[in-house]
Order: sequence, then structure tokens, then C-alpha cells
Amino acid sequence: MNRVVITGIGIYSCIGKNLIEVKNSLYTGRSGIVMLPERKAFGYQSGLTGMVERPNLKGLLDRRARMMMPEQAEFAYLATREALDMAGLDNDYLEHEETGLLYGNDSSAKPVIEGIDIVREKKDTMLLGSGYVFQTMNSAVNMNLATIFKIHGVNFTVSAACASGSHAIGVGYVFIKNGMQERIICGGAQEVNIYSMSYFDSIAAFSQRENEPTKASRPFDRDREGLVPSGGAATVVLESLTSAQKRGANILGEVIGYGFSSNGSHISNPTVEGPLRSLKKALTDANLKPGAIDYINAHATSTKAGDTSEAKAIDALFGESRPYVSSTKSMTGHECWMAGSSEIVYSMLMMQNNFIAPNINFENADEDSAKLNIATETIDKEFEIFLSNSFGFGGTNSTLIVRKWRE
Amino acid sequence: MEREIIEKINNIFVEEFEVNAEQISPDASLKETLDLDSLDYIDLVVLTEVNFGCKVKPEDFNNIKTFQDFYQYIGAHAKAKV
Repeated sequence: MNRVVITGIGIYSCIGKNLIEVKNSLYTGRSGIVMLPERKAFGYQSGLTGMVERPNLKGLLDRRARMMMPEQAEFAYLATREALDMAGLDNDYLEHEETGLLYGNDSSAKPVIEGIDIVREKKDTMLLGSGYVFQTMNSAVNMNLATIFKIHGVNFTVSAACASGSHAIGVGYVFIKNGMQERIICGGAQEVNIYSMSYFDSIAAFSQRENEPTKASRPFDRDREGLVPSGGAATVVLESLTSAQKRGANILGEVIGYGFSSNGSHISNPTVEGPLRSLKKALTDANLKPGAIDYINAHATSTKAGDTSEAKAIDALFGESRPYVSSTKSMTGHECWMAGSSEIVYSMLMMQNNFIAPNINFENADEDSAKLNIATETIDKEFEIFLSNSFGFGGTNSTLIVRKWRE
Repeated sequence: MEREIIEKINNIFVEEFEVNAEQISPDASLKETLDLDSLDYIDLVVLTEVNFGCKVKPEDFNNIKTFQDFYQYIGAHAKAKV
């Protein structure tokens, strides 16, 4: 079995467009949440969202490449450039040394809607032009990045709702651990345009605290009343230890555990038992006792039921060791398909820079969150091992464990 | 051919196909200068419809070899004011 290490990370999110900006936001507990009146005018119950600017890639990519990209692919392109730069992987290397690409994504609403509007008006599909077909597919991020970065290895999209980005890293870890691939670019992307979250808003999942946008996402807090949608992209370069050492790459961390499970019950209501099995599997895979975990980056999205069930699951396993717990969604909102990857990047930044980011807006515990050791302020602390949870609709659960690099 | 139409067409090529204006001349090959592949021809159909109100039939491209051919085609088929 190969050891699987991390040699590059990259991020484009509502709390920063690169690793330095995001590290500073995490350390200072800065929220990226805003209230957009145009969402209310459009018909949203909640106008709250993470604010992610659409990048201008003119000058970085040619016209043909740009035409094929929905916004989440643009976010993913920038995050991946940053991660590849850090890993010391250029296009010439990727073209000649087989490397894979596994990205989490679970929608591409904007081009679907805009394209169909054109067909309705023109009554002629040819007048869509050539770009829409490549923008509308769920695999839009993969097909674009694979072309741009000259990918020759495994190449598919992982769609698992809000656990997509985490499973993408988990599956990449399994491929490398089993010797099927030496290097895989993993990640998650999430569109943030006005169409992307209207269906989610329809089920009254979002916070209504529109008069205080930066206080709206409050995971584990007693007075939480819904999540805040957000987006962007995050990339994590996984590599076999042999490959990383052969290249002389700077090794940042090691993925040592992946757990997964399915609740097998309600499509949206969470359970305690499902996440608990995912947590146990990850610990078993890492050959660790719960007490070895220093920090848990919780999935907690700021919903009543979800945070409660996760708090129960964490307490059931970590009730004695009580590691620090925080949900970075308190600052970023819920980055959905991207979250499982971005939260690995956020936790890596914390581990590299010796701090635990705060779970902002945690003011009053409820019965279950009171049992957790929640970081309410930034904790300056060196730590060795973190665990990250991601759960999604349909009851899909994913848990990753990462250790700071040591020989 | 009105100079105004030619300028508008050339500006579209410069903006949409990211070529330098100096690369465009009436006798130059449309396909080679704009580096057109099969997908680009679809986009050219859309640009023509949006800007000149006429839809180029795919088979018509068989007779549009140079920029001059394209100017003449648009001149003959344009429905929108330029």
C-alpha cells in the first residue's frame, strides 16, 4: 500500500481568492457572507450568500477555453493553478507523467437555464453556439480542467451533494493507496450564481437573518436557524510518497484515513448512526484511537437538525478526548459541492500556520453542542492530526483524516 | 460593400476570435486566419445572427473561403442595420 501525501493546495472562496488571503480570514474570523437584494427580487426566501466574484480569465486562457467554462470551472481553474504551482507541477510534466483528476461538482444551473431561454426565444438550437454543451454537464469542471492541464490519468466527476468534494479526495486517496495512480488532482467546485441555489432555498433551508449577514451562519449555536449558501473552488494535489520524494516536492501532509457511509433513510433528514459509522471507518483506516485527533473541522452547516446529529456523533466517539471542534462554515457559509475539499484546504492552512480557526457566531450552546470543545476564538496551537466531516443529501457521509507530514 | 459593414465584421473578429486587426485582409483565408475548427463555425453562425440578423447555413461556408467572401455574404443577407 502506498502512503498518500498532499503536495499542493489552492483555494478561491468568499473569504479570499488565494491561500494567503484565506489564511488571514481564517485567523481573524472574517465572514464572507453578504445580503443580495437581487435575490429577494428574484424570489428567494433568503437573500444571504457567500460573495464570490466571477474571475476574468482573459489573458490567462484563450477564447475557446473560456467559452466552455461555467463559473465553477473558472473558480476551479484558479484554485488548481495555485495548487499545481505549490506542488511544482507544470503542464509539460502533466502531459508526460500520468496524472489523474477527480473533482466534486453536482450542478451547473446557470448555463442550463440561460441556454434554454435562448432556444425558447430563437426556436433553433444551433443559435446556442458551441459553448453551452460543455458548460451544462455535471462534469463541466473535469472536462475543462482535464483539457487545460493536459490530464492523461483517471478523469471523472464525483457527485455526492454536499459531500462531493470530500469523496473526491477520498476516492483519489484510494486510487493512489492501491497503486493505481501516482498523482491525482482532487477538489470541489460550487457555482454561486442567482439560479444555482433557488431549489435549495425552496425547502426553507437558508437562514433568514438578513439584517445581520455576517452573523447568519452560526453552526452549533443555540439560535441557528438555517444555512447560508456559498461557493468557489478548492484543489488538493494528492501524490504517492514515492512520487513526491522522487520529484523532490515539498510535502505538506499525509491523508491517513477515509471513511464513508450512507444513512439508508430519509433524503434530507440526517441521522446520528450514519455519520458515526463514517467516523469510525476513517479512524479504523487510519489505525488511530479517537484521542489521536487534535482538531475536527465539522460539517455543521448551521441547521437545527444537521448540527445536532453531528454533535451527537462527535460526542459519542470523542466525548472523552474532546478535541477542538469548529465549523469554518460560520465564516464561509455552506460551500456545498466544494465544501469537503475547501475544508481540507482550510484545515491544512491552520495546521501549517499553527492555529485553529474560530467557529464564529457561537454564542450560546444547546444541549448537544455544549458537550463539544468548540473553538469560539482563534486558538494559537500546533497540531498534528485533523479530521474533516462532510455529509450530503441522500444520506451520503464522508470523513477524511490528515496528518502533518513526518517521515 | 459599405466600409461600415466591413469594419463591424472585422471588429467582431478581433473581439470574438482574438486576432489582431492587421491579420485581416480581404484575400486572406477566413479559416486559417481565425484558426476555425468545427465548433468555431457554430459560433460564427451565432455571431452572424446576433449582429446581422441572418443565419449562415452550414453548407454556405463551402463557398466562403476569404474575408471578402464573408463580407459579400453578409452584404447580401444582412437583415439588421449596421
